[in-house]
Amino acid sequence: MTKTITIDPVTRIEGHAKITIHLDDNGQVEDARFHVTEFRGFEKFCEGRSFWEMPGITARICGICPVSHLMASSKAGDAILGVNIPPTAAKLRRLMNWAQLVQSHALSFFHLSGPDLLLGMDSDPTKRNVMGLIDKFPDVARNGIRLRRFGQKVIEMLGGRSVHPAWTVAGGVREPLSDENRSKIRRMLPEALDITGLALDMLRDATDSFRDEEAMYGNFPSLYMGLVTPEGGLEHYDGLLRVVDSDGNVLEKGLAPARYREILGEAVEPWSYLKFPYYRPAAVREARGGRATEHYIAGMYRVGPLARLNVCDFAGTPRADAELREFRRLAPRGRPVANSFHYHYARLIEILYALERIAETVEDPSITEKRIRAHAEVNNMVGVGVSEAPRGTLFHEYHVNGDGILQKVNLIIATGQNNLAMNRTVKQIAQYHINDGKVSEGILNRIEHGIRLYDPCLSCSTHAVGQMPMVVEVYNAAGALVERVQRD
Amino acid sequence: MSVVTLTINDELVSAQEGETLLSVLHERGIDMPTLCHLDGLSERGGCRLCMVELEGSARLQAACVTQVQEGMIVHTHSERLVKYRKMILELLFSERNHVCAVCVMNGNCELQWEAAKIGMDHVRYDYLNPDLSMDASHDRFVLDHNRCILCTRCVRVCDEIEGAHVWDVMGRGVNSRVIIDLNQPWGTSQSCTSCGKCVQVCPTGALSAKGATVAEMEKQHNFLRWILDGREKNVWSYGNGK
Repeated sequence: MTKTITIDPVTRIEGHAKITIHLDDNGQVEDARFHVTEFRGFEKFCEGRSFWEMPGITARICGICPVSHLMASSKAGDAILGVNIPPTAAKLRRLMNWAQLVQSHALSFFHLSGPDLLLGMDSDPTKRNVMGLIDKFPDVARNGIRLRRFGQKVIEMLGGRSVHPAWTVAGGVREPLSDENRSKIRRMLPEALDITGLALDMLRDATDSFRDEEAMYGNFPSLYMGLVTPEGGLEHYDGLLRVVDSDGNVLEKGLAPARYREILGEAVEPWSYLKFPYYRPAAVREARGGRATEHYIAGMYRVGPLARLNVCDFAGTPRADAELREFRRLAPRGRPVANSFHYHYARLIEILYALERIAETVEDPSITEKRIRAHAEVNNMVGVGVSEAPRGTLFHEYHVNGDGILQKVNLIIATGQNNLAMNRTVKQIAQYHINDGKVSEGILNRIEHGIRLYDPCLSCSTHAVGQMPMVVEVYNAAGALVERVQRD
Repeated sequence: MSVVTLTINDELVSAQEGETLLSVLHERGIDMPTLCHLDGLSERGGCRLCMVELEGSARLQAACVTQVQEGMIVHTHSERLVKYRKMILELLFSERNHVCAVCVMNGNCELQWEAAKIGMDHVRYDYLNPDLSMDASHDRFVLDHNRCILCTRCVRVCDEIEGAHVWDVMGRGVNSRVIIDLNQPWGTSQSCTSCGKCVQVCPTGALSAKGATVAEMEKQHNFLRWILDGREKNVWSYGNGK
């Protein structure tokens, strides 16, 4: 008898979701789906507003990574104005973006995934959370909070507040960096770097006890996409789009991000509010093969820390480059790291990179200059802003009329781009852990962790309304619900 | 001018005959919420926030358009008045799309201040969520109907101080809108002098400078007093008394 398993709510991710597992007549996993049940509609209700307001409005998409939306939105605004923003403004934006990367990755690693990694996937679910972590490993929990605080503090120093700072705007930024705050950042850096070093050691130790998970948590070939510098280095604020395949072949070497529509398509499915972006050239080839219904799945690509490290040639800072060399050894020579379990490692390498870059940037003599905002009228009717959010590449595309009033808005959010990969990961874990229709508590935790690897931000990616805790439901071949597991 | 004596909140007060009750309350340092009133502009009595209770009268009166009278007994902050003021503010918020968090006037908005001062922490009425447009056709200014409370300060300052009378109100009740000329896009107006006085007196984010972002707009009213004092002292006319 076929049955479907549903995990609802999926916890410790940003936003809420539900997972259904569909079993075949033999009780084996046929398919698994990661449903995103939130809906928000930012693309629609922003129509009619002015593009000047968009950084402030779209930052509200998320309370964890408002900075990413500020960056992409301001850059789309720069494009509409047709300006090159003052160099100091660009450096300050980068500074805030790196700080954002530190705080968001620290949250994901220590607070959201830390309980699984340190307390164990099968530990008591009521204790397997940040409070349980504080109980058992108070130093680790404290370090996580301190590291996140560093990022939040830098954001606050620049933008006046840590959540939703209305600081980057079309044309530049609103306030310069003061000498006093620059010194404060300098003083805070050594502790943040130390904590990152400890976290890397901790992850290496933990990984040894997760060899099983390492092998089957999202271990499959896919494409990878991320921004790189013109020289091929790791990039989070600007740069060019690069796509590589699972053999390490470069499919797109450096596409101007504003041309993203030439390579990215967005599919929808009736069972999820989260769109399914895909790499169009790969998907079209599949369609020619005659399987029109699945034509976009071959265009599956991953974004985020793992993808960024896979697409870049080098990081560009000494310690991050040393770690990147270690990271590359996780895959056969010349190939990208395919295993999503290593998102954790990639995240820590990126924290290290961001801290090293922040250290460099605060020493830049021009960083406290006061010319930070360009003023212009509407000069282009379309503006595309692309940056790397902690979870992956973020696209904001605005179409305006001559007065700057938005006619059309398109947002492609990092988590959405990992949608196909998250579905695939859930299926892979379910296939490994469900045999003859038997489901255990441990498997639910593992599926949840599989999702958590991508650190998905569902409120962002669906631009969503409302809240829903996660549920897992199991359906049989006839489509009837046979098991429902819910944790409040 | 003769002096009248009245009682305000159980205290005997003297005032000049012909003065409005609101100006006496302000002189006495009594904090009265206002939105449509602005020193230097004619009174409209539209927002009803400055309503007071007058003993012997069942109706509440707007202090801005009520003249002081001998023997008047006035209450300014009774439970009933505070309740109504809160209700008026909630109705203002529910009528259009006031989203403070992303507004150019966040932190500097008179509507927001009044709501905070009176302790309005939620709106009990259904939001109307009207589908309203923005007019960004002017080179320097933006009109956003979503944030307009129809106080008509823009209409009055343009007519009484600038003398251009670009602004007016069309429609009735909840469908009223401030308009430019005969409801034309601001950028095409022949009568607008682009002086910006309307923007400066607007209590909310309905009128703002183009390019302003969240919480970036601050408005200055002091130009009004300066112009009016100059007018009173005749410093603007030829020869100005020399």
